[in-house]
Amino acid sequence: MPGPGPRPDELRSGEPRPDEPRPSVWGGLTRYLDTPAKRTTALAAILAFMVAAPFLFGPYATVILTNALLYTILALGLNVVVGYAGLLDLGYAAFFAVGAYTVGILTTDFHWNFWATIPVAILAAVVAGVIIGGPTLRLRSDYLAIVTLGFGEIVRISARNLEITGAASGISGIEQPWLFGWHIATQTDFYFVFLVLVVIAVVCSARLANSRLGRAWLYVRHDEDAAEAMGIDRVRVKLAAYVIGAIYGSIGGVFFAVNLTAISPQSFSFQQSTLFLMAVILGGMGKIPGVILGAFIVVLAPELLRDLGSFRLLIFAVGLLLIMLFRPSGIWPARRGGR
Amino acid sequence: MSNHLPGALLKLTDVTLGFAGNTVLQAVNFDVPGESIVSLIGPNGAGKTSLFNCITGFYKPQQGRIEFAGTQLLPLKPFQVTRTGIARTFQNVRLFREMSVLENVMSGLHCRTHVGAFGAILRLPSQRREEADIRRRAGECLSFVGIPAEEWERESSTLAYGHQRRVEIARALASEPKLLLLDEPAAGLNSGEKQELVRLIARIKAERGVAVLLIEHDTGLVMSISERVSVLDHGLMIAEGTPKQIQADPKVIEAYLGAEDAEAALAL
Amino acid sequence: MTIFNLLAQQLVNGLVLGSFYALVALGYTMVFGVVKLLNFAHGDLYMVGAFVGFLALSGVSGMVGAGWAGVGLSILCAMVAVGVLGVAIERIAYQPMLKAPRLSILITALAVSLVLQNSLLTMTNGQIVAFSPKLGFAGINLDGVFINYKQIVLAGTAAVLMIALELFVRRTQYGRAMRAVSIDKDMCELMGIDVNRIIAVTFFVGSALAGAAGTMAGAYYGSIWYFMGFLIGLKAFTAAVIGGIGSIPGAMLGGLILGLLESFGTQIPGIGSEWKDVFSFSVLILVLVFKPTGLLGQSEQERM
Repeated sequence: MPGPGPRPDELRSGEPRPDEPRPSVWGGLTRYLDTPAKRTTALAAILAFMVAAPFLFGPYATVILTNALLYTILALGLNVVVGYAGLLDLGYAAFFAVGAYTVGILTTDFHWNFWATIPVAILAAVVAGVIIGGPTLRLRSDYLAIVTLGFGEIVRISARNLEITGAASGISGIEQPWLFGWHIATQTDFYFVFLVLVVIAVVCSARLANSRLGRAWLYVRHDEDAAEAMGIDRVRVKLAAYVIGAIYGSIGGVFFAVNLTAISPQSFSFQQSTLFLMAVILGGMGKIPGVILGAFIVVLAPELLRDLGSFRLLIFAVGLLLIMLFRPSGIWPARRGGR
Repeated sequence: MSNHLPGALLKLTDVTLGFAGNTVLQAVNFDVPGESIVSLIGPNGAGKTSLFNCITGFYKPQQGRIEFAGTQLLPLKPFQVTRTGIARTFQNVRLFREMSVLENVMSGLHCRTHVGAFGAILRLPSQRREEADIRRRAGECLSFVGIPAEEWERESSTLAYGHQRRVEIARALASEPKLLLLDEPAAGLNSGEKQELVRLIARIKAERGVAVLLIEHDTGLVMSISERVSVLDHGLMIAEGTPKQIQADPKVIEAYLGAEDAEAALAL
Repeated sequence: MTIFNLLAQQLVNGLVLGSFYALVALGYTMVFGVVKLLNFAHGDLYMVGAFVGFLALSGVSGMVGAGWAGVGLSILCAMVAVGVLGVAIERIAYQPMLKAPRLSILITALAVSLVLQNSLLTMTNGQIVAFSPKLGFAGINLDGVFINYKQIVLAGTAAVLMIALELFVRRTQYGRAMRAVSIDKDMCELMGIDVNRIIAVTFFVGSALAGAAGTMAGAYYGSIWYFMGFLIGLKAFTAAVIGGIGSIPGAMLGGLILGLLESFGTQIPGIGSEWKDVFSFSVLILVLVFKPTGLLGQSEQERM
């Protein structure tokens, strides 16, 4: 069983520490955004900026920003697994693949309506999450990390080998959807679709964090055995996080597929999984605004550092290492609501 | 001692537990009646905390049965045991350190409530009601153990040690147990705090109808509060009875002090 | 080729493959024993070993040629270099993290792995590098089963290294101290054993073995690239788990078993080489779910 908890000699009796202010979803920015009015204004300003961005920055930037929004959704999903529930998932791209291939197969081979494929993609994610998570979430965290990595590889290799997923060349010619007469086809169209998805993802994440389930994740992460002693079924709680993360990933995959109209196994590799993980940790450290920042860093930095080629991956890796060595508590959200 | 008390809430029958060649508990028979206060004492290493761990499901004894309010506990996982109505505190305070006092106590209510991910995301009225209810009931438990409202939002590790122990008791009470296991609740407390603890335990039984089983080394406290005392030594239950009977029992004296005569050690 | 020949050939292949897996798995298991951490970067140490060996071979081939002597020297260089690297990683990245939450040290290990991978990626620009020692293709022919000298020498070297390790663990003070630390670290500290030193030695030995395996694999397969550590890391972990994580004989046994399973597995119709990795990962998952202690490991009944 994990560590025995603090010993009496480590606890001080007598001197209580002064109260520290409790940060909200905004994290450290609460110093400047200390009234609800200020926060609402800040939110409105950010949203307005995001809505105007395609027109301000032009088509190329719109593509990049759309990609950043996609990563934000996926990073938020992985954040539920890693940041909230404390499970190291190194194969998150598998769920991304599940969503993308579900749409790809159902629309090109079976000619389904796009919108009908979404519930199927969600169901597939739930099934995948239960199959992968069910037997493995009771393992210790080191083993879980490697097992999720293994599953990620199994999904990728299967996608590469099977006929129905188009083998190594993947699936192409995915039709882009219609919504009440609006053909979602241009880059700007997809930008706004992803923007809406991000807003939904953020709201869901924030609500989950401040709920009974969100607290249960914290209890289990802080001290599994004490949580179990309080009557919390830790396997079920972890599985909930895993499945919810899977759903985020799958939805991301669905819209990724119709955005690009073509998918191939290369998009679902281990490198991809590590990029999602970096987004969660680099800027984010488990808190929602940080995760968003991390996703943007992971997508935008390669654009800005274009000349460096593969060197930029090294920079990311070194950055991750430095963060872990010098700010490890950063990925441990200290207080409720600070996610 | 192998006959059970009639109508006992908790019954251990022939419980035997061993680790890597050591026998920690040997054919232990033990009862706790409902709404009573029972103490489990014995020299260090006697197996008392292991007994707690068997009851709560963290250890699985190789032999024996444990029955609680008619339910067999051995096939259950620890969280299921808690749900049947047994709660515990730990020898070393194990609060969720970086969470607030109130959040710690709210954890006890998790198993008594049920809103899941859907309700959380949709913020249904039933979810909001349940959240308010959880906070209110947690607050009640904190008031019951005497933690003032100013401390509820503080990070639990910032509280004075005595208060942390009480928060742990409040957390256990929040899960609405019928039996409360306290593992050395008086360790590290000064004499004033110990008096308060005695009163609290009495109130837990009287006002909440909860049976209390405690492991404790402070014999004064044990004698003043217990209705029954059971003595464990090297995994064997060597004596059971009222505090007065135990104090006079030569086997008990010998267990604590070897063959030396030392009534002083057991005197109040 | 008769069925017998086919199977015997696969047996040979499996044993050679298995000895690589065993060498890498040993490092995993030894490190896990003393610091209770799965060193995610371990597979990448194997990769670094391959590159160091390659450089060493280029360096010494002027003097002793690129034949067996050259390869032997390269293996030694790789062992020393990677051993030192392993200790450096332990000191810089892991030691500060031992008291941090579990998730932190796992991510740190992942970060180290990515730093190693991406460093080599940058240096080689992602290209596969040819590793061509002059070892020839000669071999012996046993009734239709062809075993080339490369296979014999490499498997033999691996066996020698494993025997040396066994002797080290059983006969020397360091070895005994290592086993003691893996059973109860805190008690060892109380008894005056320099636990930090033992951990450093363990990392050195485990990493050196991985480095040796890397050079040997590079020489055997003829090519090396920055990503080769990834797969071997997973396979070696699988091997360590099959044998029982924390058990040194277990890692050796697990490595051989996995090598054989893979070799024979590729002959099963339907699996072939495309699905080989899926096959191995499935074995890993099944073992972890149904028998996490592996064949020779102890079951973890931890005290509260």
